[in-house]
Amino acid sequence: MRMYWSVFKLRLYNGMQYRSAALAGVVTQFFWGFITIMVFEAFYSQALSQPPMSLPELTSYIWLKQAFLVLVMLWIRDNELSELITSGNIAYELCRPSGLYNFWYAKLLAQRLSGALLRCSPILIVSFFLPYPYRLTLPSGSIAFLLFILSLLLGLLLVTAISMLIYISVFATLSPSGSFLMFAVLGEFLSGMIVPIPLLPEWLQNIIYTLPFHFTADFPFRIYSGHIPAHEAMTGIVMQVVWLGVLLALGKWLMSRALRNVVVQGG
Amino acid sequence: MKLYWKYILILFRSQMQYRASFWLLTLGQCLTPLSVFAGLYFLFERFGQISGWSFAEVALCFAVIHMAFAISECFGRGFDLFSSLVVSGDFDRVLVRPRGTILQVLGSKFEFTRAGRLLQSLLVLVFAISRLSVEWTLLKGLTLFLTIGCGVFIFTGIFMLVATLCFWTIQGLEVANILTDGGREMAQYPLSIYHKWVARFFTFVIPFGCINYLPLMYILDKTEGNGILYMLAPVAGIVFILPCLLVWNIGVRHYRSTGS
Repeated sequence: MRMYWSVFKLRLYNGMQYRSAALAGVVTQFFWGFITIMVFEAFYSQALSQPPMSLPELTSYIWLKQAFLVLVMLWIRDNELSELITSGNIAYELCRPSGLYNFWYAKLLAQRLSGALLRCSPILIVSFFLPYPYRLTLPSGSIAFLLFILSLLLGLLLVTAISMLIYISVFATLSPSGSFLMFAVLGEFLSGMIVPIPLLPEWLQNIIYTLPFHFTADFPFRIYSGHIPAHEAMTGIVMQVVWLGVLLALGKWLMSRALRNVVVQGG
Repeated sequence: MKLYWKYILILFRSQMQYRASFWLLTLGQCLTPLSVFAGLYFLFERFGQISGWSFAEVALCFAVIHMAFAISECFGRGFDLFSSLVVSGDFDRVLVRPRGTILQVLGSKFEFTRAGRLLQSLLVLVFAISRLSVEWTLLKGLTLFLTIGCGVFIFTGIFMLVATLCFWTIQGLEVANILTDGGREMAQYPLSIYHKWVARFFTFVIPFGCINYLPLMYILDKTEGNGILYMLAPVAGIVFILPCLLVWNIGVRHYRSTGS
């Protein structure tokens, strides 16, 4: 366990070095957030029926999404890992006295966390002081806030577990771009990154709620704004833990199978 | 011009060497904007309209912008990836050749896989046109072509501006994505739904308004009075590329090799 912890720390410090890239990212996120909110504002201003999410709830949803984008985005890819697989350098990794799954998991987790730590605070602070309707509102209560933090962290573990599955699929396809694209396009849509899930039609929501993707982004953000009340959030968090267990087990099993079949060409 | 076609032919042959990856990427390029369009569809299903614009009208706007973006990404990819040319010092080689720099940079990359994106926006365009109840005249068709053409000029101009920045910063800048990707995301809705200052900035400084809002007003019969002005608005897009060319030339003169 100590070993994985130090891998994690090393990657964290490493990621923290890219401060100017993070700053550029923050500016981009802001612009993006503004545009999205303005579009929704225009939609809301002439809505015929009461939408299932109020504008302030939506605004905080969007700002949280922008702030924690690196945390919950599925398409962040670590070219290093997929190159290890395609180039055959995975042989080195296999020589290490550590489980490959845990090792990579710690790496990916740290990468997300370092990116998010640098980016989230400027976005959160500034968006608290913006005028209505762009202001990020305070969480609906202290319990909601605690639940939000808990579910966000669980969501982070979950999204890392999902992205591990993508890397494992590279073992089979040997070309990272294909599997990344499919997962990214679908996952992004199903986790509510393009359109918040409550705004989608009923039938689609029903499909989405049976899949794990919405637990990564949509679920914590809606707890924050109080759109999901505390007792429902509790059951949701239990579901998160269950999904996490399933995906971790699945990932480990698939990985061990893939490693048994791996053929390293010498060179 | 003959030289340019030769460049393209060579690049096409080299990209076709990896056939499977080529088709996969083309398909992927087609899918990415599709999910955005699906999002748009679901939003309209819930809200019905946006500031008086119907789904088909916004779809037309979406198609025009994405088409222009896809075409200019196809052709202007060399400028998009220009920072790597500067970082590696390969731009020196471009400078010593007896041809213009712009032609050579344009010819250095050509992304055929963007055809997927183009195909997708073409489908959206056909869909939008079939759903719109607009009386099509020759002039309107002409305006549509003009709009897409000028959109290409605007996006290419932005790519050039961003590339020019590399002369000073050496690195590629992520902030520049605001103008390219951000501009595309924003301009897929008619500019009138945004606040005045946003709409003004993107009409008079970077003329996105000239390719999405003003000519569409003409095509959709929303204009009052003289339509000619609206029709000719896209021409402003072509004018936009002139200062970009100027800035590029200044940049080239400032270029200092990284010397690697």
